[in-house]
Amino acid sequence: MRIGVITFPGSLDDRDAQRAVKLGGGEPVALWHGDHDLKNVDAIVLPGGFSYGDYLRAGAIAAHSPIMSEVIAAANGGMPVLGICNGFQILVESHLLPGGLVRNDHGDFVCRDQKLRVENVDTAWSNGFKEDEEIIIPLKNGEGGYIADQATLDRLEGEGQVVFRYLEVNPNGSANDIAGISNARGNVVGLMPHPEHATEPGFGPDTRVAMRSGTDGLTFFTSAISSLMANA
Amino acid sequence: MPTIVVEVMPKAEILDPQGKAVAGALVRLDKNEFTSVRIGKRFELTVEGPITDELLAEAREIANDLLANTVIEDVIYVGEARSADDAQGA
Repeated sequence: MRIGVITFPGSLDDRDAQRAVKLGGGEPVALWHGDHDLKNVDAIVLPGGFSYGDYLRAGAIAAHSPIMSEVIAAANGGMPVLGICNGFQILVESHLLPGGLVRNDHGDFVCRDQKLRVENVDTAWSNGFKEDEEIIIPLKNGEGGYIADQATLDRLEGEGQVVFRYLEVNPNGSANDIAGISNARGNVVGLMPHPEHATEPGFGPDTRVAMRSGTDGLTFFTSAISSLMANA
Repeated sequence: MPTIVVEVMPKAEILDPQGKAVAGALVRLDKNEFTSVRIGKRFELTVEGPITDELLAEAREIANDLLANTVIEDVIYVGEARSADDAQGA
């Protein structure tokens, strides 16, 4: 399965995301923000970083870049799309996901290994988890506070579109401890924590078993591949 | 140069951590008469010729599509710079 990773000017984790795709059993395909070409990929990852310097708002300028017209059309057609951190910010700025992301309520950049609960295992990117499974995924952001109006929050909660929720610590003031959400169809998922940084033993978060042994993030990528296989 | 000003504020119900930080500084400076601070953005769009209704309509469109994210922010003003010295570039 070909999984594209888009590089925007200022993307930082595009190579890590490509590596995670490969570790998950997929074929990573590098995509470029300035092209109108998805190179026949089966799924798309919008990686973390600071696209276009995040000068206007995080993800705002990237949401208007050339390749996003193809991404929006593909997402609306059902293609699995994952937005990680800045990628999540690009998805909300593109209106593929509801709500917005604002500066952390405490005002500081935060970097930690974050415990999450997986609350929806029916999305393209979470179907390999067990219901309510607790996972640890690195988190690093300055503008990760998820907000939406009350009606939107009620709808997300009611429809099971909250996919990942922060446990123990709410690191950025997100409403309802929301770490990640999906669209109604479940093919588009965005989250602030970085699953691509927890895919290879020796380079992931610490676990009770051993230092840096956490690979909970790998399941995001194997989930997408099995959901593509099921629909093939 | 003729300038169109666009002003954007975070929505009232949304937490504004920057404003909150400044409000905290005012308390520390003993300026207790100011009970809250909110921080918005001001854009100055410079044009070559006179400001027409078409240009203002275009500015309103980009204000809502790009300059503000209307999910979290409100566009509170789009119009000609209110005086010659109102715009930095003028």
